[in-house]
Amino acid sequence: MKKHGNLILVFGMLSAFLWSATAFGLSDAFKNNIYNPGLLKPTDSVLKVKVGDSAPDFYLPAVSGERISLGQYRGKKNVVLSFVPAAWTPVCSDQWPGYNIVKDIFDKNDAILLGITVDNIPTLFAWTNQMGKLWFPVLSDFWPHGAVADRYGVLRSDGLSERALFLIDKKGIIRYIGVGDINKRPRLEVLVKELERLEK
Amino acid sequence: MNNKMKGIPITVAIIVISLALLHGLAFGSNLPPVKGDVLPEIKIPVPVNTTDRSYLGLENGDFFKIPQIKAKVVIIEIFSMYCPHCQREAPEINRLYSIIEDNPDLKCEIKLIGIGAGNSPFEVKVFKKKYNIPFPLFSDEDFSIHKCFGEVRTPYFLGVKINDDGTHQVFYSRLGEFKGAEPFLDLMLQLSGLK
Repeated sequence: MKKHGNLILVFGMLSAFLWSATAFGLSDAFKNNIYNPGLLKPTDSVLKVKVGDSAPDFYLPAVSGERISLGQYRGKKNVVLSFVPAAWTPVCSDQWPGYNIVKDIFDKNDAILLGITVDNIPTLFAWTNQMGKLWFPVLSDFWPHGAVADRYGVLRSDGLSERALFLIDKKGIIRYIGVGDINKRPRLEVLVKELERLEK
Repeated sequence: MNNKMKGIPITVAIIVISLALLHGLAFGSNLPPVKGDVLPEIKIPVPVNTTDRSYLGLENGDFFKIPQIKAKVVIIEIFSMYCPHCQREAPEINRLYSIIEDNPDLKCEIKLIGIGAGNSPFEVKVFKKKYNIPFPLFSDEDFSIHKCFGEVRTPYFLGVKINDDGTHQVFYSRLGEFKGAEPFLDLMLQLSGLK
């Protein structure tokens, strides 16, 4: 038992060192209000959709007070779904402010961005207020908890969602899926390249 | 406790200490520079574009170190295109650049650079274009420079004084919001001794 205890100690310390080596470059906009969950398992779910599938529809409440469905964009806009794991955590807190300054790229590619987390509306309200005014809707997949994330296959075993991007064209077909390491922010250029590949 | 068991905690301690040392060496777990420090040894790619190269007074080449910039004072902003404060302050920092460039006494003495913590070259380009930033910005895609600077939050400002003999010292190192071009410039002039 003691030997195992020592091994656990070594691995624990190793994990702590590796975690402390992971930098986020976090904005001071959030001051000390970011909870650090530690290094998480990079991915922890199995996709239930694939490129070429019809994207499952949903109808979710937005921070703005309205309810938004994926279907309302059918025939009108390409849609990027950005699932982020949780409010008030590193990486997530930076990702959307970055998207907030590239509305022109979405416009140029006739696309709307929908941000989704499994947090409730009051939490999302407080959190996104720290980001400034966002140009895109932020949706709550809180109840039934993570139901939309689960339908896409990006709900993790701990109830968070993956850090995932889905690009859905105007016909409602999934054209790109990016489920990355939850601990890292996806490169903007990857999404931009996929947007630019869509037929105009 | 038998002899074999006694050895285990010592082994654990040795492993843990070794990991700590290796970690420090490999990842540069530093604290942010403080007043009077020299900058960590970082190499930045020489800008490809001639405007940036000429602004910094650099020869064509592969890499440069910040104290090689031809100036008496270099102001470094650690930023991120993903940082709301950095976005909000960008126009005011552009104004700081203009005030300096419009003043013949300051133009050759103070230079500004930005380092995009964790930002890819594409992301740095997006930020530069979005806010029409006239001074050189550099990508620190793998956070390696950010780690050398103590993994500071953004925006973070550093003021570095470069002496005639080629030595240099940090005279300002601070996290936080930029309080406006004029007060910031005044502070830089005072703390660096240029005023």
